[in-house]
Amino acid sequence: MKEIPLSHIIFVSTALFFIGMYGLFTRRNLIAMLMAIELILNSVNINFVAFNKYLYPDRLDGVFFTIFIITIAAAEAAVAIAIIINLYRSHQSIDVEDTTQMKY
Amino acid sequence: MSATAIIFYGLSAFILGTGILAVTSVKIFRAAIWLLFSLMGIAGLYFWLDANFIAAVQIAVYVGGIVVLIIFSIFLTQQSGSGMPRPPWIRKAASLLAVLLGFALTYLLIDQYGFKAGNGKIDMNVARIGTLMLGIDKKGYALPFEVVSILLLSAMIGCIVIAMKAKPDEV
Repeated sequence: MKEIPLSHIIFVSTALFFIGMYGLFTRRNLIAMLMAIELILNSVNINFVAFNKYLYPDRLDGVFFTIFIITIAAAEAAVAIAIIINLYRSHQSIDVEDTTQMKY
Repeated sequence: MSATAIIFYGLSAFILGTGILAVTSVKIFRAAIWLLFSLMGIAGLYFWLDANFIAAVQIAVYVGGIVVLIIFSIFLTQQSGSGMPRPPWIRKAASLLAVLLGFALTYLLIDQYGFKAGNGKIDMNVARIGTLMLGIDKKGYALPFEVVSILLLSAMIGCIVIAMKAKPDEV
């Protein structure tokens, strides 16, 4: 297990974080942007579990952070989808370019 | 190269490949399915890290809950077969440049830091997690647990209020 250095796991989570950032930058559909945010949150969770396992094996703080982040991500996805459905009802579109009333 | 290393690199390639497909696929329904595969791969990575409880929570909450919610909302808001408009190439190129530079900088910092690994084997069984989660002593997590439960309750009420259809006479 310890033969894989910690930096390789951090490489995976960093790459996943920036893949999510790329999606967040290029997509203009609200549901697709929400999917990119889920990827970013998951990369942070991998970080927490890997740091907990490799650096502080006598404690469980990283595992608890992961559990709370998963909980908050579920709440966030539910609220975001409620907002998206409400937006679709009033604008017939979930593209961010179409919903600019509050911009100016 | 041992079997552990092969499993780790295979899982990592799977996660990153399906993640890239999830953010670049033109059809949004396919993007959701790729996201599902990526989250399953991350659950496999948690199993590889011996975090069995986290892996089970990942499968139950993300794969079973959030992705299904996303697929439902895709069906409610657009035609699943139709593709999204492609982003203009200038936005693609600028995002790619920003992402690559950010990744290079971050990974350079991580690589230079040199983490000191702790010794000892981690004990992540569910009984220990549950005892700590509801413990009220110095190491316990009872207060964040209660705060998160209040947050979930308020999110639930907020979802119902936001998504509720207003009655015609109230509009």
